[in-house]
Amino acid sequence: MNPTIGWIRNLAASWGVPDVLVPLVPFLLLLIALYAVIGLAAYGAKRKWPRADKTIAFWLFVSPWLIGFAIFTVGPMASSIYVSLTSWDLITPPKFVGLANYSEAFQDPRVAQALKVTLLYGLISVPLQTALAFLVAMLLNAELPGMRFFRTVWYLPSLVSGVAQMVLFLWVFNPRYGLANDVLGKFGITGPGWFNDASWALPTVILMSLWTVGGAMVIYLAGLKDVPSNLYEAAALDGAGPLRLFWHVTLPQMSPIILFNALTGIIGALQIFTQGFIANGGPKDSLLFFVYYLYDNAFQNFRMGYASALAWVLFAVILALTAVTARGSSFAVYYETELSGRRKRRRTR
Amino acid sequence: MTALAQSRPAVVFRTDRPFWRRNISLTIVLYVVLALGSLVFVYPFLWMLATSLRSLAGVGSSGASVLPREFLWDNYSRAITSFPFWRYALNSVLTTLIPIVGTVLSCSLAGFAFARLRVRFSGVVFAVVLATMLLPGEVTMVPQFMLFNNLGMIDTLYPLILPAFFGSPFYIFLFRQFFARMPAELADAAVVDGCGWFKTFWLVYLPLARPAVVAVSILLFMGYWNNFLGPAIYINSDQWKTLPLALAGFQSVNGTDTPLLMATSVLITLPCVVLFFAAQKHITNGITFTGGR
Repeated sequence: MNPTIGWIRNLAASWGVPDVLVPLVPFLLLLIALYAVIGLAAYGAKRKWPRADKTIAFWLFVSPWLIGFAIFTVGPMASSIYVSLTSWDLITPPKFVGLANYSEAFQDPRVAQALKVTLLYGLISVPLQTALAFLVAMLLNAELPGMRFFRTVWYLPSLVSGVAQMVLFLWVFNPRYGLANDVLGKFGITGPGWFNDASWALPTVILMSLWTVGGAMVIYLAGLKDVPSNLYEAAALDGAGPLRLFWHVTLPQMSPIILFNALTGIIGALQIFTQGFIANGGPKDSLLFFVYYLYDNAFQNFRMGYASALAWVLFAVILALTAVTARGSSFAVYYETELSGRRKRRRTR
Repeated sequence: MTALAQSRPAVVFRTDRPFWRRNISLTIVLYVVLALGSLVFVYPFLWMLATSLRSLAGVGSSGASVLPREFLWDNYSRAITSFPFWRYALNSVLTTLIPIVGTVLSCSLAGFAFARLRVRFSGVVFAVVLATMLLPGEVTMVPQFMLFNNLGMIDTLYPLILPAFFGSPFYIFLFRQFFARMPAELADAAVVDGCGWFKTFWLVYLPLARPAVVAVSILLFMGYWNNFLGPAIYINSDQWKTLPLALAGFQSVNGTDTPLLMATSVLITLPCVVLFFAAQKHITNGITFTGGR
């Protein structure tokens, strides 16, 4: 802890501030001081330029985000660059080691394993999820009785998320008593060891991730409802069958939504953590997801410098993958963005 | 001439009816596929409920069956009493509800500014907001920990609560889209009537943005309630654990007491399910405008 902050805390405690609130006091004081300065500046600006009230209001309104951006993003990122060049266990002062952390990361076989596992997970699960969610959305888009019920049923599993989901599926895929192997057994198939088997653990997590496609499905469903029906009518008049309607109307119209979901899906998939944590990295590091390895280095082994270097490696990977996805799909989405871009501009301004 | 007049409505009739309405066998196939898929999807859910009501011996022998042969409600009372459930629940509620208020306030304010207060550089700032949406939080995970360590907030709930009051790019974007679609004349009228910009936002725009506020709050609830990485980083001592963190610890200690684990999982999931059924309409509304309509 910073000595000044410790001093303020002691002062607050001696003034009878409840223990629970003591850690908050220095932060609040800092914030109040900051806003006193901002308020004074705004007041001064208002007196000097009385007609600039709009500009002043704008900067005041976005000030929480700007301050948060500075404190929680820019500041930490800058210090992260420095920390990644040091060796630091949080207790003794950081020691400058140059690029040693990075060269260690490139030689660490567990980093390679973590990258492999995480990339495989992202590159397999995201396309599968996208395809399944889109397919289900197409089916549920039929205006038939009972669709509301089906929609609810398909969405329901995505409410079981994070730890609860993993706990449930550790049991579903329990080799001896689990649901999966009992069902397979009824068909005469001896099920694999799932989470207990190093070669099956990752496919099992991917399979599990398909259970919660409901979230993406409802987004596609909303998008499908927005495809203008006159496009279908026009295409059908021109003699297009169901397949061509899908290929030439539905898919192009939906491509921006699909791209957006695929992008956020990839970014989210590369940040997978809980499953690796609960499974303790899986047998033979088969579930050593990158963020879990990073967490392990930072908060279990307290190697802050090495963990910071790993964070930058992850950042580079995510950036590269995002760029590739956006570029690679640009030819498929281009048509549509032109169209919807014009539409959006008209609507929003 | 008459033939043409007759054929016209027929064509229109056909085109605005999707193929599954015209073809009864396709409709049946559709229903069968949907029913089978739904069964596969909902089965683990039912199985979780069934397992949570079984005895340890019953779990071993009943396999894939979801038929409730025994009703051991005792598992639920054990889930609540065998660890300080209410303490963890309180921590979870605190780290869910306060951040929701913080995020809604800060993001709606910024979203309003980006939608209605177009001044010099506002476009640039908005571009920065959008760019940070792509930034993975994990890059700042370690240095943020150091920041909170310096502030003496490790092993408190504050690191899980405070950042919410400083906005989040995705929700700023959502609110901006929502406000941008509301008539600009509202703001002009309010300002002419002598309202300041803040009053215009607080008394005119925010009350009208109720659907957006509700939808965003629901999305945020699901996210914060299930947050695991944050508590796993910042919370060490028992008294500040949230429910997901407690369940994770529970899993590693009582990994073999399956009915108890399932009962606890059901209890943790319950608020999300209740919220979903209570606010189904609002969720659909929210998705319609998050989907970039």
